[in-house]
Order: sequence, then C-alpha cells, then structure tokens
Amino acid sequence: MKVGVIVFPGTNCDRDTKWAFEKIGAKVDFVWHTEHSLKEYDIIVLPGGFSYGDYLRSGAIARFSPVMQNVAEFAKKGGYVLGICNGFQILLESHLLPGAMTRNENLHFISKFHHLKVIDNNNKFLQNLNVNDIVNIPIAHAEGNYKVDDNTLKEMYDNGQVLLKYCDENGNELNPNGSVDSIAGICNKEKNVFGLMPHPERAMESILGGIDGIKMIEGFFK
Amino acid sequence: MDYMEIDKSQLDEILAKHKLTKEDYEHIVKILGRAPNLVELGIFSAMWSEHCSYKSSKCYLKGFPTEAPWVIQGPGENAGVIDIGEGMAAVFKMESHNHPSFIEPYQGAATGVGGILRDVFTMGARPVANLNAIRFAHVKGNDEVAKLHKHLLSGVVAGIAGYGNCIGVPTIGGESAFEDSYKGNILVNAFSLGVCPQDEIFYAKAEGVGNPVIYVGSKTGRDGLGGAVMSSDSFKEGDEDQRPTVQVGDPFTEKLLMEACLELFKTDYIVGIQDMGAAGLTSSSFEMASKSGSGLKMYLDKVPMREEGMNPYELMLSESQERMLICAKKGYEDKVIEIFKKWDLDAEVIGEVTDTGKVELYWYGEKVAEVPVGPITDEAPELCRPVKEPEYLKTIKNVEIPDVNLQEAFEKLMAESEVVDKAWIYEQYDSMVQTNTVDTKRADGSVIRVKENNKFLGMSCDCNARFNYINPRLGAAAAVMEAGRNVAVKKIIPKAITDCLNYGNPENPEIMWQFKEGCEGIKEACRALNTPVVSGNVSLYNENEGEGVYPTPEIAMVGVGEDFRTTELKNDGNTVYILGETKPEFGGSLYLKIFGGKVAGEHPEVDFEKELKLWEVLQSDLIKSAKDISTGGLAIAAYKWACVSNKGLDINVKVQNPKDIFAESLSRAFVEVAPEDEEAFEKLCREKGIYFEKVGIVGGDKIKINGVEVNLEKAKDVYFNTFPKIMKNIHDFADDFL
Repeated sequence: MKVGVIVFPGTNCDRDTKWAFEKIGAKVDFVWHTEHSLKEYDIIVLPGGFSYGDYLRSGAIARFSPVMQNVAEFAKKGGYVLGICNGFQILLESHLLPGAMTRNENLHFISKFHHLKVIDNNNKFLQNLNVNDIVNIPIAHAEGNYKVDDNTLKEMYDNGQVLLKYCDENGNELNPNGSVDSIAGICNKEKNVFGLMPHPERAMESILGGIDGIKMIEGFFK
Repeated sequence: MDYMEIDKSQLDEILAKHKLTKEDYEHIVKILGRAPNLVELGIFSAMWSEHCSYKSSKCYLKGFPTEAPWVIQGPGENAGVIDIGEGMAAVFKMESHNHPSFIEPYQGAATGVGGILRDVFTMGARPVANLNAIRFAHVKGNDEVAKLHKHLLSGVVAGIAGYGNCIGVPTIGGESAFEDSYKGNILVNAFSLGVCPQDEIFYAKAEGVGNPVIYVGSKTGRDGLGGAVMSSDSFKEGDEDQRPTVQVGDPFTEKLLMEACLELFKTDYIVGIQDMGAAGLTSSSFEMASKSGSGLKMYLDKVPMREEGMNPYELMLSESQERMLICAKKGYEDKVIEIFKKWDLDAEVIGEVTDTGKVELYWYGEKVAEVPVGPITDEAPELCRPVKEPEYLKTIKNVEIPDVNLQEAFEKLMAESEVVDKAWIYEQYDSMVQTNTVDTKRADGSVIRVKENNKFLGMSCDCNARFNYINPRLGAAAAVMEAGRNVAVKKIIPKAITDCLNYGNPENPEIMWQFKEGCEGIKEACRALNTPVVSGNVSLYNENEGEGVYPTPEIAMVGVGEDFRTTELKNDGNTVYILGETKPEFGGSLYLKIFGGKVAGEHPEVDFEKELKLWEVLQSDLIKSAKDISTGGLAIAAYKWACVSNKGLDINVKVQNPKDIFAESLSRAFVEVAPEDEEAFEKLCREKGIYFEKVGIVGGDKIKINGVEVNLEKAKDVYFNTFPKIMKNIHDFADDFL
C-alpha cells in the first residue's frame, strides 16, 4: 500500500498522517504541492492544517496549487482520495466533493474528542465499521459548519454519500458546529473521494485517548 | 557621523522619547568618543531598554541556580535546554506579552505565542507543546470591569488559538486567574517547549571573518516600532494611541519560517542564527556579534522592506514579526537562500562578519552608524534600585478567618471562576495535533510523549499571586513547589524551570523589594528542590495608575518520566490517602478572599524537604492516580478530582477546625491506591518519612468531604457549565472578525 500525503504551505498534520498510515503498515511519501506525478500511489491523502494560513477562506487558495490538477485527474480515474479537516475543505473548494464549509456556529475554534455515528458503510473507507457504530475521534477546526443545498443533500442520502454524523456517546445527534444534519463526513457519488472534519490520525493509540481511527483508515487496506 | 544628526537644542526631548537619561547620553558619548546620531541613539535606546538590558532586574537575578548534570544550556541563549535521555534534548522558555495584550488582545497574545515559538525553533528544536498563563480582573458579572475583561479574555484566547493552532503546535495546558489587581494590566505569559537531538542544537552567534549575514523571513515594515521601549512603560489615560506599536502576527509565515529553518538545520551551511524579537534587527545583530566578540557590517538598503520610504533608524528598530538573522558559512549563501525560496520566504545577504568588534551600518554606500559591540552589551546600565519593605505588609498579618456554614462555603467555592473547568478556553486551542498529547483531562500538569525516545515530558505553569502579595519570597518559592507538584502527580520527575517574573514599577522601592524577595524565593526553592532555572523573562512596569499588580512570578516546571499517570480516579472501591499535613493556614487563601473579602494573613509554611519527599512518593507504581491540593484546599481538590473522573468520593480528613478543609497548606496531594496495595504503600510512606492518612474510598454518586456533601451530577454541572455561563451573552471577540 503506497500512500501520498500532499503538503501545502501551511499544512500541519502531514507528519501525523504519515505516522498514522505507517502505523498500520503503509509506505508513505510526502508530495510537495508543486509536484505533478501521483501515478504510483494507491491513495492520496490531503491532511489537516492551515494551507495558505486559511487566508481568504480555508482551502480557497490551496485548490489552485499545481498538484490539485493532478489530484482531480487521479480521482477521475477512480483513485482513492481522503481529505481530513483542511483536506476536506480543499476538496470542497475544488468541487471534488459537494457542499461548502462555513465558520463554526459559535465562531470559535473547537478542539476536543467527539463521538461520531456511522451512517453508511457501503464504501471503501468505512467498510470495517457497521452502520450505527459509534466512534470517538478528535475534532479541531474553526470552519467545520458544513452546508449543502437541499436537493444535493437528498441526492447524497439516496446515494449513500453521507457517511458520518456528530453524536453523543449514546448515538443521539449532537451538533458541535452547526453542520447541516450534524454531518461530519461525506464522499462523492463514485465513492472514491472522501472528506471528514474529524481527525482519525489522532486516534491511533490508547494513550492518545482512543484507537477508533485505526478502524477507519484500515478500510483502505482491504 | 553626519547622517541623521541630532539637533542639540532638542536633545532633552529626544532623550525623553528614547527613555534615556542625561547620564546615559554622556555614557554613550564616552563609548563612541563623539556624539551619537539618531540611528545610534535609537540603537542604544533599544539595547538599554528594560526589556533588552534587564537593567533594573539584573542585579537581583544573579545567583539563580542554573546548573545540574542534565542542564545542557542555561540562561543566556534564546531558550534553556535540558537532557531528556537517549541523545534527545528539550528546549524551552516562557515569555510575557502583557502590555501589547492589554492594548490589542488578539494580536498581543498571538505575537506572544509567535515570539516564544521562534525562541525555541531558533535553537534547532521543533516546538511540540505550548502552555499559557493568563490573568485578568474579574469576569463574572456585568459591571464595566467584567465586561472589559471578558473582552480581553476572549481576545487573548482567540489570539493564542489563532497563532498556535495555525502553526500546528498543541497548546496542552496553562492556567487562568482573576484578581482585580490586573484591572489595568493583564498578564499573558506564553511558554513553548521543543525537542531535538542534542547534537543539533544551534546557538545565536556570528563568527568567522567574511561569513555572510543573511536576513530571512517576512519583510520589514513599520509595525512595532519602538515596542521594546513601549513595553517598559506603565499605562496611562490615552494609551489607545499606542496601538500602532503592537506588532501584527502572521502565523502562516511563521510556519513557513519554522519549516525552512528546521530544514536548514539538517544541513551544515550555517554558523549561528538569531530570532529578531524585541528591538528587531538591533538586538539580533548585536547579540550575535557579542557572543563571539566579532564585528558586523550590514548594508541596510538590502533589507527586504514592506513599505517605501523607510530609513535606517526605522529598519534597526522595527519589530516586524517572523524574521531571523543567520550567519552562514562563506560559499553556502546560495544554498541557504534556495531553502527559503522553496518556502516562499525572503532571504537576502545583508552583511558580513568582521573582526572590528563593531557593528557598522551602511545605507546606499554611506556609513550611517558605527557602534562598538562590547560596551553596548557589557556596559549597559545596571540599576541596583533601592528596595524597601512595603508598608501594606505590616497591616495584613493579623486577620480573622470568618466562620461560614461549611456546606454553603463549599457550594460557593465550587462555582468560583478560578476553580471551575475552563473548557471554554482550552477547547479553543488545538491540544492534540502532533499526536503526542497523552493526558487529555485538564487537571494539574500536562504530559506529552516523545516519539524519538519513548519518554514522557510533564509540564505545568503555576503561580499563586495572592501568596506572592502577602509574602513575595515564600510566594515565589510556593510557585516553584506547586509547579513541581503538578508534574510529580503525573509520575514525572521535575527537572528544571523557566520563569516569567511579572512585577510592577521598579522605580518604586516597595515594588523592587517584592521583586528582590521573589528572586530570593525562587533561588532557595530551585536549589533545595534541585530544579535549576534554565531560561526566563522579566516583565516590569505592570501597573495601572500607580498600583502595581500582585507580584506574579510565573513558574513553568518541566519534568521527564519513563511513564506517566493520568489524573482520573481509576476504580470504585479503591482507597484514598492524603499525603502531607493539613493545618489551619488561610493566609492568601481563596476562602479568605471570598468570605473575608481580603488577601491577607501569614503565608502557609514552606518546607522544601517535605515537598521533595512528596515528589518522591508520587513516583510510586502503587499509586493509581493522584491530585494536587492547592487553591480552595482539600475540599476543592476532591471536588475537581471527582468531576474530571466522573466518580464519587467519600473522604474524611482529620482537621483541627472544620473549616480547615478549605485551608491551603502546601506540599499536599491526594492519592488513589488499590486496597491490596495499602500495606505496601503505607510502608513506603513510613520509609520516606512523609505524613499520610487513609481518608476514604472512591465510588458512589456523591462527593462527601468531612461534613459536606454534594451530588456528583450537580457538582459536574457546576464544574463544567459555570464558566460558559459567565462568558455567555456578551460581546465575543470572534464577532470582530466577521
């Protein structure tokens, strides 16, 4: 399994993401944002952070980085792409995933462990989990308030594109940031491009507070 | 020097603006052998400012214990360095950004974080953890002071978050306190710790004749002009005008600068590197030259500039952020520049090392300043300012401790701003980036794992300002003890401290006495506890309209462990012990402040030997969890412990008077021990000669302490939901950014 972790100026979860994927046996390279070839990778990960300082709008500048053209082509050919946090925001700005991100409802950055409920597992990413499973994964973002128009949202439900929702420890919906329907993670219609605000790479070890992240990213290894 | 000649008729005014005395001026003339021009005067003014020269504090800072076998670098560099095992080092320092944060809370706090991060990564270490200690007046209520301080708190927290989160360094702990002595002068102390291999530490030196001096990072603008001079000024009416002297932070550029520097440090292209912090290009160039007795020639027209029309005076004094000065090896300048270009940063050769022992500045071919390096650093004024024991101390010793219904007292203290959970603050900080934060429940110290050597680093910053008000010497010692205890309860061995000494106006002998006493207290504690001081910072002139803030020597302790222990109670049915004696000591206590309305009394007993024994016992594997006992006494400690653990407690501690459950005797902790380990644990305590008492049991749905009790659910509601209520429905700083 070869993983390419894209590094934009301002990305800050690149080393964490590499560490997490290596922990479950992947070979991981950093791919600098000016590079072009992604052919050799089984999966491309856009990690979290503050690409271009989140200036203008999170992800808005990174989408114009040279490598994003190649990420789009890679996805179009069916390659797996995972965007975590800022990576998710970049995928939205690039229109590789539907919808948009706005500031958290309370206008604060929110950093804490948060429970998530699996809504759909009929995809590569969440295949190791069952529908309605509850996982506990850190969130850390200021712009995680997901918005999408009603028609697209309905299509997303119909196609099984809504993957994860924020909830409490018992699975009751609990919305930390104002996202529509408490959505935390989605995929595209073809189910090869995934985006989520929570950080599975931070939940890989019990001393860090949990290992639910392993169950998630291991899906790509099956 | 003809350039920017000083008009003699305006000399007095010019000197006053530069906060230099007539004697200083004569000294400068003697050093130069002629009258200085304005550029040179500006340089002396910055180098001899309180902020850069420590002129008021230096004479009392001598004699800090700074050595131990594990200390690699003590004070004098950008940050202190200790050995953390297997060839790895921890690099850390704390610094104040009080005055800028009061003028402009978001940018003031943000650039405070930026500055301390640069101090750490300049030395070759990747920053891995931040702490912050922030102090305000009361925020509870709707009066004008509370409204202002809610605004300041919101802004400071947003600023710390805005900078630290963006750059990707976890903010894992800290403390907040609320005393009206900070009404006109809040305190913002930022700590950062980095980790690197011991053989990759870099120092701030420029040597080797002909080696190029390279400027890297952001362009220079007019922001923060004269900041080092400003920060040594007390606030008066009309200070709103000072806003332009607060620097503006750009964490994105700093992130690029950090990555570029860390990439550079993996090569052998450079001799030394220095961050441009307070007094910018002036202090960085003179410090680098003075470390090796070299000279420097700098061509100021080569400095990357953000705006047009800047002159040498402004370039030398600007405090634009995110800049570094590098001394490279000759012939490697292009390779250095290439790394910075990759990260889209400016990098220009602006000068070279000489052997003249002077800094010579040029502006389009014309020499505009020539200042000898030795005298400006070695002969900086040292003011052994007069000291006098403050009058107030005579009147506060004898104080009656009021009697209040215990249950009511407990319920009142449970909801105090100082006591309750601060998720409202710490959840705005990314605390988990870098995947090393191992103790996520916020109680006592904080712990990270070091991936490179599988060790754990514990850290905590503490200061009880009320103790320091009633006894500046013992209060400072107690801060060292508490910071160490907060690390020790995590099963981490305290190793060394950095400090941030926040005091009032040093020109007032009573304040200078507080400062001197504080230094003595730290010296005594650090010597006795074997935790040397490896770096630090002094912040004076913290006052408003003549009143100094409470003396606040903030202490950040760093420790190293093979293992760590979380604070949470582990199992119902386990036994609770208290370690250390509880005496009727209420001087400076929260109880006396709330129910007696005063900060007064005798300081609790300070006994370093007892403290050290406690730290030793706390390393035992027999302990399942441990909780420091400090503000609010054992009752409040038990309450917090139960809430963060979501477990009940039933304890009964022997006390002289019932209200002693709120007494604040030092050197105490609660510990949880499994019933089968009781015998072994008691044997250990006896061997170490430490006072211990079996006081109760873990479990149930109540918190019961001697005569008082509260439902666990109700306690949790108060503990976790009070602070958001205090901060709610008010103008939130984040609104400013819409």
